[in-house]
Amino acid sequence: MLTRETTLNIALAATLLAVPLLALAMDEIFIITLATKVAILALAGVGLNIALGIGGLVSLGHAAFFGIGGYAMGILAAHAQNYEPIMEVPFLIEGTNQMPIIWLIAIVASALAALVIGALSLRTSGVYFIMITLAFGQMLYYFAISWSAYGGEDGQSIWVRNEFPGLNTLDPIQFFLIAYVILCLVLVFSARLARSPFGLALAAARQTEERVMTVGLTPFHLRLVAFVISGAITGLAGALYADLNRFVSPTMLSWHTSGEIMVFVIIGGVGRLFGPLVGAAVFILLEHILGGFSEYWQIFLGLLLLLMVLFARGGLIGAIVGREVAHD
Amino acid sequence: MSILLILEQVLNGLQFGVMLFLMAAGLTLVFGVMGLINLAHGALYMVGAFAAAAVAGLTGSFLLALVASLAAAAAAGAIVEVAVIRRLYDRDHLDQVLATFALILIFSEGTRWIFGSFPLFLDVPDYLSGPVSLPGGIEYPLYRLTIIAIGLVVAAALFWLIARTRIGIQIRAGEADREMIAALGVDISKLYTLVFALGAALAGLAGALVGAIQSVQVGMGEPVLILAFVVIVIGGIGSIKGALVGAVLVGLTDTLGKVFLPQFFGLFLEPASATSVGASLASMLIYILMALVLLVRPSGLYGGST
Repeated sequence: MLTRETTLNIALAATLLAVPLLALAMDEIFIITLATKVAILALAGVGLNIALGIGGLVSLGHAAFFGIGGYAMGILAAHAQNYEPIMEVPFLIEGTNQMPIIWLIAIVASALAALVIGALSLRTSGVYFIMITLAFGQMLYYFAISWSAYGGEDGQSIWVRNEFPGLNTLDPIQFFLIAYVILCLVLVFSARLARSPFGLALAAARQTEERVMTVGLTPFHLRLVAFVISGAITGLAGALYADLNRFVSPTMLSWHTSGEIMVFVIIGGVGRLFGPLVGAAVFILLEHILGGFSEYWQIFLGLLLLLMVLFARGGLIGAIVGREVAHD
Repeated sequence: MSILLILEQVLNGLQFGVMLFLMAAGLTLVFGVMGLINLAHGALYMVGAFAAAAVAGLTGSFLLALVASLAAAAAAGAIVEVAVIRRLYDRDHLDQVLATFALILIFSEGTRWIFGSFPLFLDVPDYLSGPVSLPGGIEYPLYRLTIIAIGLVVAAALFWLIARTRIGIQIRAGEADREMIAALGVDISKLYTLVFALGAALAGLAGALVGAIQSVQVGMGEPVLILAFVVIVIGGIGSIKGALVGAVLVGLTDTLGKVFLPQFFGLFLEPASATSVGASLASMLIYILMALVLLVRPSGLYGGST
């Protein structure tokens, strides 16, 4: 029998697919773009949720990986559109406008960054970890601002969206489907990861570190691997997000982005598989409903968030299905 | 490169460091005593700067503006503590991060609502403008020198407050064992409000002082907040002494790095790339410093074990 949460998850996945298809039938292109944005931001949140939800690692620097993914796309595509190789010595590296290659490079680059940042920050814990991940994110932000080769503070624009073999990525619904399929694949991966021996050990390290050490596992290694996987997924989301906007700028690396990715996870419910999807959808909806109603919509977002933290713990999914999944 | 230029930059770094100390002191006190990570500390810095700019605009008095910045930030801090923050002491850090992130959104957009998006300007008063001659023939802006002096006086007063007064004893006792001092009859929630308002007032003062050099605008507190985090990670969370040492280290590293790294790379690179490589590296320098400190001492220079 399906649990209530699984039923809800299936309904959520179906809704995310149905809305843009309906919008297509009604010729509402803007809604397709919004749904694509939701899928991509949810993907970034799913990445963070592996570190935050399963591992209990409160990273306030995930914008770093989101931005690295974005810049991977920006740099490769910029060189492809100008026909200038990225480097010629010692060997030739050229830009590309093929999405699969861009994704691979975004994943590898953000995983490497997560390895370095994780190896340094995971030496500490608690509030130090929060501040250090925040600081490393900010370091990359300032680096991107002063890196004039790719637009510095103004960012880097790409004229044409990158290509995917066999699809027309400029067609909004086809690009949405690319993002949607990736999101679904990563969700399946994330669900399997959480139930794998690795995921269980990671969750155990969050709950009782000593017990994990007693059975001969090293929490540091578990957390580092989780942090790298988490960063890589968020990096992939960054590459897609940059492709959606055909633009990458230091804003993707700013700590507001880190905060927002975390907000997606929390609104939906920490550690809930579909939490980031709910959170990203609610965030985008609020942005468009409140944003149309007041220029200062973030005040209401702030108030809502504050009330949620103070009075509605467990996020929206927790509120709907109750606490049938034991987490802490 | 003359020795005068170096000395001038050292003073600039010191001035920056002293400002960072005012921010970091409040953060580290609040964390040390209440165990709370407060992302909204930068918002209080902004409140101080806006209050100062508004009062200076109305009255024309810089001194009144400084008083207003202290009062407004302390009041905002006390209100926020009573309304929101005190519900967060027993929560985990994740809840604290989110709630204070929400406070930033509210403060930033609220300020934009009231004052608009355009920056305000706070002028340095006549009696503090212009350069002074220091021994050795350095011409240095009097206002920046005043900032250094104010910062050092505040630092000394804070050390005195913590080490010598009854409140200071209670604060230190609160850091060590909060149940025990509550049992000894200290009104712990009043003490927490006081500590929070004190930290807020220092942040507000920093905002007002810096506001006269830079412009007063929404979001001005956030870069400073993150630098203050770097400062207390380097100094060790909870340690005022660590905050002072860390602030001066960060202030000097950042200022000197921005001036001298491009020149250093100019020795063996062509000018254009020397400037860009130097500037990029300089913007990362303090984070590299933080990483190095962490490698050697994961809980900071003066931090205990966490």
